[in-house]
Amino acid sequence: MFDIDKWQEIFSTIQKNKLRTFLTGFSVAWGIFMLIVLLGSGKGLENGIHSNFDADAANSIWIFPGQTSIPYKGIQPGKYVRFTNEDYERLKREINNLERISSRYDIRGNDLISYKNEYGSFGINTVHPDMEFIENSFPIKGRFINNIDIEKSRKVAVIGDLVEEALFKNGKSPIGEYIKIQGIPFKVVGVYSENSNNDGERRRVYIPISTAQMIFDGGNRVNNIALSVKDMTLDESKQFEEKLKASFAANHNFDKEDDRAIFIRNNQENIKEFQNAFQGIRLFIWVIGIGTIIAGIVGVSNIMIIVVKERTKEIGIRKAIGATPWSIVSSILQESILITSFAGYIGLVLGVALMEIIAKNVPADSMMFKNPEIDMNVAISATILLIISGTFAGYIPARRAAKIKPVVALRDE
Amino acid sequence: MIELKGLHKSYITGNNKLHVLKGLDLIIEQGELISVMGSSGSGKSTLLNVLGILDSYDEGYYKLNNTLMNNLTEKKAAHYRNNMIGFVFQSFNLISFKNAMENVALPLYYQGVSRKKRNQIALEYLDRMGLKEWADHMPNELSGGQMQRVAIARSMISKPKVILADEPTGALDSTTSLEVMDLFREINSSGITIIIVTHEKDISEKTDRIIYLKDGIIESEFISKN
Ligand SMILES: Nc1ncnc2c1ncn2[C@@H]1O[C@H](COP(=O)(O)OP(=O)(O)OP(=O)(O)O)[C@@H](O)[C@H]1O
Ligand SMILES: [Mg+2]
Repeated sequence: MFDIDKWQEIFSTIQKNKLRTFLTGFSVAWGIFMLIVLLGSGKGLENGIHSNFDADAANSIWIFPGQTSIPYKGIQPGKYVRFTNEDYERLKREINNLERISSRYDIRGNDLISYKNEYGSFGINTVHPDMEFIENSFPIKGRFINNIDIEKSRKVAVIGDLVEEALFKNGKSPIGEYIKIQGIPFKVVGVYSENSNNDGERRRVYIPISTAQMIFDGGNRVNNIALSVKDMTLDESKQFEEKLKASFAANHNFDKEDDRAIFIRNNQENIKEFQNAFQGIRLFIWVIGIGTIIAGIVGVSNIMIIVVKERTKEIGIRKAIGATPWSIVSSILQESILITSFAGYIGLVLGVALMEIIAKNVPADSMMFKNPEIDMNVAISATILLIISGTFAGYIPARRAAKIKPVVALRDE
Repeated sequence: MIELKGLHKSYITGNNKLHVLKGLDLIIEQGELISVMGSSGSGKSTLLNVLGILDSYDEGYYKLNNTLMNNLTEKKAAHYRNNMIGFVFQSFNLISFKNAMENVALPLYYQGVSRKKRNQIALEYLDRMGLKEWADHMPNELSGGQMQRVAIARSMISKPKVILADEPTGALDSTTSLEVMDLFREINSSGITIIIVTHEKDISEKTDRIIYLKDGIIESEFISKN
């Protein structure tokens, strides 16, 4: 198959027919280039907008107490709803597709935390062990808060990696060290990090909720409850929200139509909506992408038909001096494969280069555009598709031209 | 060498059938130099195309070197065209994007001769045609006579048994025509059979045998005075 002389013959033909080569190559290179720019931009847009969501579990639901706004059973509006451990326990019992749940009690007073002579102010989160998965705060050293910590109300803390950076300047491992929260020592049992744009997410200190309620006069008070449920559709998620509300309404004596008594932040809903929107955009990009590829295929096919037509006389001459039909077909096809592969490659390189340049010039904290990754499999498949269709499109007329009698081919002007 | 018996050939265009060759009988020996004459439309080109296996025929038979030239596969036909036959066209039919040397060398490409070797042989043939200096010129930089000599070199390079030339001097002035004829005579003296279709009497007079075609049959034949 690899016949140097044949390739030399093909190269010299290509060299001497620059316009034709350019036209064939251009439609392929353009198609691939457009496809890459399109797919890359779509992905960049998606990543950019996605980065607006914080790094919490995508399916988390947060419940906050509010103040009633509708009179209910003789109670005037304006009543504060207060959550307790009982709400936490109830939800744990009632929700059957519950995945994770954690409640939180907000400590009153300052949030200054110190270690030896270093101190700083960090968010103190009092949590259940499940918070690890709701916040996606995975330990990189040590461990997270566990059930025994809760049961025994241990004075332990898990700190963010930025907290470690701020307090443990001597490079000492924080595990086993004691930090002070409002003067009370807590033993550090873990350091977590988060994959997030928002530094605040990595500047937190987690302590067990039971400990916090006990030490900081919380009683059984809970300030909010976060939970996650197994994957739900948008509709199911909305229904679930309604049920949650009804459950709180029944237990806290407020009208379940009252939308100020409790607040529910449903990440699942946000993300689903975003995903639906992006599914639309992705579909749109694919439709255009496929359109571009089809245009490329049609372009290559047309050019191949014209090329073969244009070469009919030459084919006649070659046949008259002894070319076999196969030698003619194969040289036309090899020429086409060579040009389309090379052009496809050029389109690929240019497209990727453009996306790189764009990615470099977009500000790092852009909320609109980020990491325009290109699915190389798609790009390469598209190139191969164009090569194959170019070959196929060339094959049929080449085969026909190679079959016609030399006299007929020679008469062609 | 060449044997035709009752050769018929018709062209079919739409519903019309044009009977052009109506039972030709002809025997040509190895090494002959023959011219075919006849009025326009008498079927000279048609005959030559059949002889060159560029076209098919309907009835009778055509034997080249004792092999029947009928119902050949494309591959076989290509083989005979490449090894047995050299064709010279009135309109030269050079490949426009190849230079003179590459055009001459092309038949050897289809014989699998290496590029270097075939270009070297092509140069020798161009030298014999007095065109060595023009080897790297493109066809559009050559005169008609030069192009025809390139085409003749191309027809010779594969050392065919027979060279078929359809009005090779048709596009040339009379002096150039005579030069081309001298060339054919010289080639013929090396033993290659040559058949030339021509309108011009002084061309045909340079050949050894003249065949007159009329209405699709051989009307008369002369042995030239040469
Ligand atoms: N491909 C074709 N289809 C239909 N008719 C054809 C075809 N080729 C030739 N003819 C017709 O066949 C007849 C013989 O043509 P041919 O070309 O053999 O003549 P010729 O003797 O070479 O003429 P000239 O001296 O003008 O070249 C002519 O009437 C021509 O019109
Ligand atoms: Mg003619």
